[in-house]
Amino acid sequence: MEWKLDDNRPIWIQLQEQLTRKILAGWYHAGEKLPSVRDLATEAGVNPNTMQRALAALDSAGLTVTNRTMGRTVTEDQIILEGMRASLAEGIIEQFFDSAAELGYTKEQAMELLKRRES
Amino acid sequence: MGGPLIQCQDVWKRYGKKEALRGLNLTLESGKIVGLLGPNGSGKTTLIKVLNGLLCPEHGTVLIDGEAPGTYTKSIISYLPDKPYFAGWMKVSDLFDFFGDFYMDFDRERAEQMCKALLIDTSLKMKTLSKGTKEKVQLILVMSRRAKLYLLDEPIAGVDPAARDFILSTILNNYNQDGTVLISTHLISDVERVLDEVVFIQNGQVVRQELVDDIREKEGKSVDELFREVFRTIPYGGGEW
Repeated sequence: MEWKLDDNRPIWIQLQEQLTRKILAGWYHAGEKLPSVRDLATEAGVNPNTMQRALAALDSAGLTVTNRTMGRTVTEDQIILEGMRASLAEGIIEQFFDSAAELGYTKEQAMELLKRRES
Repeated sequence: MGGPLIQCQDVWKRYGKKEALRGLNLTLESGKIVGLLGPNGSGKTTLIKVLNGLLCPEHGTVLIDGEAPGTYTKSIISYLPDKPYFAGWMKVSDLFDFFGDFYMDFDRERAEQMCKALLIDTSLKMKTLSKGTKEKVQLILVMSRRAKLYLLDEPIAGVDPAARDFILSTILNNYNQDGTVLISTHLISDVERVLDEVVFIQNGQVVRQELVDDIREKEGKSVDELFREVFRTIPYGGGEW
């Protein structure tokens, strides 16, 4: 997975989002050890302090756990992982309806479009 | 230590009538990668030369790790000048000997590994290398020191975009994490994501010093865009031809 950073938002937030997606997509699975801050920073081509900030945000979201012996690992708490996955999905759905609304579709019409596509 | 790594207070430097630094104040902490940004002629190179003791300011105080520029500060500063200064007849390996003699903190093995990674033959003479390769050799020498302060004057100006990426990742991979890297450049969009902090300099004064992510958060734009805005010059409108 490539790191993509856009120009106008804080870099650490974008790193945090992309790490979250990587974890939820199973790139790093539950209980797996994450690479070191420095390695991740090099991979993304960013400042290690910025990567550190993104990882600390994952810690405080409960998505990763840092302990002395193992370093930083992905949480094994399925409730947190599922909750996170659901809230990401929610965001995608919201985006879909917003974009549809921009094109002039009501929520119902947009739902109809979705269903039609399915069949 | 605890104290700041760089402390400049009311620093003035003139070249004849031209004032290059005009009461510049700057404080930088350890453990950061900092961009020194400013338009041409704003005083970037002069400031770097003052910091490493090549130039002596007429007025003001400069402290590096608590000391005035001198033997000690030279031992902890690794400096990349804006132009190459090595004799053409020297081989890359001669330069390694040279740096080994001059600097206690030079890590020859690291330098050799970097050359290997870049497929640079260390038995070649400097004058046979291309401009870009020369610059890479110079950067390798500078980054192979375990310095406290790296002063890099335009490290990416003369090389192609692929080499730029290489240089930036070399800096990221090799700087001593307790050390600070000060990079002067006007190619901001290329370096922005490796920086913690930026210092904007204009007419010999620091006009802004801020964290990159704070700028993005507050202004909703990149440092590159902010720079273009702050230093915008109104094009001369010549009217009808």
